[in-house]
Amino acid sequence: MEERWSTEHVLSLAPDPASLKAAGKLSGPAPWSATGTGQGALWGLCKGSGSTPYRTAVELGTPAYKCSCPSRKFPCKHALGLLLLWAAGPEAVADGAAPPDWVQEWLDGRGRAAADKAAKQRAKAAEADPEAVRRRAEKRSARVAGGARELRLRLADGVRRGLADPQPPGAWEEVAARMVDAQAPGLASRVRALAEAPQDELLEEYAMLHLLAGAYGRIDTLPEALAATVRARVGFTTDTADLLAGPTVRDRWHVLGSRDTADDRLTTRRVWLRGAKTGRPALLLAFGRPGQAPDLALPTGYLLEAELAYHPGARPLRAVLGTRYGSPEPAPAAAPAGLSPAGALAEYGAAVAEDPWLDGWPTVLADVVPVRTPEGWQLTDGTHALPVRRGALPETALWRLAAVSAGHPVTLFGECGHHGFAPVTAWDAEHRPVPLG
Amino acid sequence: MSAPVLAPADDWAELQGAALLGTDRRPLPEPRTALAAALDRTDPAGALLDLAAVAAVRRRAGALPAPAVETPAPAPDDPRPALPEAAARRLAVLLGTRSGQGTTANLAELLPQWLAAARSRGYRLPPALVPTLLDTARARSELRTDAVTLAGPLGRWLAPHNPDWTYVTRTAGEQDVLDQPGELLWQEGLFAERVTHLTRLRRTDPAAGLALLASTWSTERAEDRVLFLDSLQDGLSLADEDFLEAALSDRSKNVRATAAELLSTLPGSALAARMADRARAAVRHDGDRLHVTPPAACDAAMQRDGIPVKSPTGRGERAWWLGEVVAGAPLALWTTGTGLSPEQLLALPTVDAPDGGGAEWAEDLREAWARAAVRQQDATWARALLGTPPRPGRDTRTPGAPAKLLAVLPPAERAAWTAAFVQTHGLGDAFQLLGACATPWTPPLSTAVVAALKRAAELGSYPWSHSGVLGMTERALAPETAPAVEALVADTAPDTAWSDTFTRLAGTLRFRQAMLAELENS
Repeated sequence: MEERWSTEHVLSLAPDPASLKAAGKLSGPAPWSATGTGQGALWGLCKGSGSTPYRTAVELGTPAYKCSCPSRKFPCKHALGLLLLWAAGPEAVADGAAPPDWVQEWLDGRGRAAADKAAKQRAKAAEADPEAVRRRAEKRSARVAGGARELRLRLADGVRRGLADPQPPGAWEEVAARMVDAQAPGLASRVRALAEAPQDELLEEYAMLHLLAGAYGRIDTLPEALAATVRARVGFTTDTADLLAGPTVRDRWHVLGSRDTADDRLTTRRVWLRGAKTGRPALLLAFGRPGQAPDLALPTGYLLEAELAYHPGARPLRAVLGTRYGSPEPAPAAAPAGLSPAGALAEYGAAVAEDPWLDGWPTVLADVVPVRTPEGWQLTDGTHALPVRRGALPETALWRLAAVSAGHPVTLFGECGHHGFAPVTAWDAEHRPVPLG
Repeated sequence: MSAPVLAPADDWAELQGAALLGTDRRPLPEPRTALAAALDRTDPAGALLDLAAVAAVRRRAGALPAPAVETPAPAPDDPRPALPEAAARRLAVLLGTRSGQGTTANLAELLPQWLAAARSRGYRLPPALVPTLLDTARARSELRTDAVTLAGPLGRWLAPHNPDWTYVTRTAGEQDVLDQPGELLWQEGLFAERVTHLTRLRRTDPAAGLALLASTWSTERAEDRVLFLDSLQDGLSLADEDFLEAALSDRSKNVRATAAELLSTLPGSALAARMADRARAAVRHDGDRLHVTPPAACDAAMQRDGIPVKSPTGRGERAWWLGEVVAGAPLALWTTGTGLSPEQLLALPTVDAPDGGGAEWAEDLREAWARAAVRQQDATWARALLGTPPRPGRDTRTPGAPAKLLAVLPPAERAAWTAAFVQTHGLGDAFQLLGACATPWTPPLSTAVVAALKRAAELGSYPWSHSGVLGMTERALAPETAPAVEALVADTAPDTAWSDTFTRLAGTLRFRQAMLAELENS
């Protein structure tokens, strides 16, 4: 039997606030009939405005969703509503039932699809000719190296002429396209950012990009961990399955914060964890199409016992989630242990010494008071102050932070970097986490 | 480099200068560190970027925090009990909502109810929701009093820091009576702050409020004087009479009219007595009829007592003066003078005194009595004027504005009268009457409205021709009526406008029921 999820857990699955609201209205028993749960699945019929009720089912392990409604949101409000109903208590959804045929068919289909995929992957791996793989990798390395050389020349040209001399419009877009052709998407996105950089930060951005391109040029001479960092920043990806096949770290991971960002192509969810035993930070990334929630849902303030595999690097942070042991459960009501502003900057400094391209490092700040000053918001502990990074939070979120603090010291989680601190989560007077974004 | 944290001193400015002008025009800075000296300087541009990279990483790794900034005094503690968690989640949903669409519940309409219910139970909001609430109430001023009260000490602590929330200090919450130096606020505050202050003072100490207003009265602007006078409605008594009498000679016509209206609602005032004399002269009771002789002119004394010479709506002059005189006279005049009840008086035929013919003033008289009943909040007269709730087949017209008269009656009576009205006349003319009823509506009234909606659907009218009533229904229908509305959904042909309407109404009712239940579970 699947353990019931908490309401917070269900709410964190919603793809957007509108779905959440719509689901809230479907979370009572009234629109539902023929509900049940068993064999790792949850199902029910939801009465909509039409004559035929919608068939809604959730496979709780993955989780995966199916609904006969026409919504393109994923999960749809019916699936969320059903989960909320189920999370509310045992009286709402009968336990231990056998799934009706339409659910069983879907579950069977999923099982077959998963088996097919695994079989294909195995076949592909078996077929792969190690020699061909090596040749492809060498070819790509050469293209990236060529791109990196070209980029260094373009950067040096700019400095020779002077940065006060504005680049013709579209110049960086063209260079970025060259980097994409060179299969170095990491360089390409940094180049695009140059077009947006303010004048007084331009030299710094040029220099860090110059350093990265140069580092790739002599990647064979770098220590292995640093080489991995450079490769990842240039845009090489690592396969999740390969990572999970390597060493993993098992811990009780405390979810310190979560933030979704969206552009017109992609929704990106960042979930920051910290190991209760190891104290190690970790960053999980998940992606979804616009209007769909990334499939990773870990509510802030919860603990999850699980294996993580870190991406290799000089300062490992990004990780992928492996085996989970049980469902996430609420952490005891206490703010996590944290650092002073001075300690936080020192920690960031130590991280930069290992990975010079780090813009920020996940940090818990303890006992700081947010203060609005003419120069922007500051976080002060009475000895020092750390600015809130400009643009890190919308104005409404900064006021939420001010309200949670009410002028008293609070614990904050966020990213500490050379531009200041970017808050993600605050702990209120009752030591409950408040997401700020 | 614009890092807002302090960076170690170095040659960044020189590097920056060379980079801005270009290494073609500027020489490279001299190396200052061993690492810098070790760099290959054959290509100046590449070397500059190398030097800048070293300096940038060095600055980032060695960044130091800025000195502490001064912290404001923390917000005062809020001793109220915390909002139950389910209710807090509900509020977050309500605050995040734009106007409802389609068949989902209309949440924007429910926020005012939620706020009023939470406020009446004296809860403290989760701090994280206070800024959103203050933003919402900025755009919806009808929410402000509830929002400011709920936001409590935290809201007032936050508000001075955010220019969007200046309204908070000008809104009278109920917890924060007179916690500011009133005299200073009165002398130097913004107009709205001063009105708020005066209103608060009148609620606790009317005499002090009057004294405060009198202290600056002669120097206030005319348009401000009118609004200050309005605040005297709170705690109005004969103690205010002298001041109001003096205001009858004010330079501003609006001030004079407002003073006169306030005085006329004070039955013991001299103005009321003067109006009573005029009313007695105009309407004489003679056995089984009322002789009506409207004033022949509007003399100076009448004008001083606030009666305009010309009707603003262009009615006949004498009818207008009659109305003003009767509406300004104490209603007790009629019952004590004749020994008759309001019902009996209303049943008497009227005659024109000089020639004894016609009943042309009857309607004017009833309208004036209705206005007096509203002004003097006289339930007996209001009841008599409204009459028994109309029955099928009898089309009795109620004088004046029935909704205003209804508002004078106790809530249960209001609801019963409106329910009877809706049963007979449907919803077409019921909008204002329903608006005068206390929310949530009583079960009988709710049942009557649901039955009327059902009839409207059966008759094939369009739901949007009832949109005003439907909006109100979502806010006000008794939660107990939810099953009846759900039965309506089942009875209505699916995928029609009415089925959508009823589905949405049922959704709203369920939502409201849950929302109010959550506020009870503390």
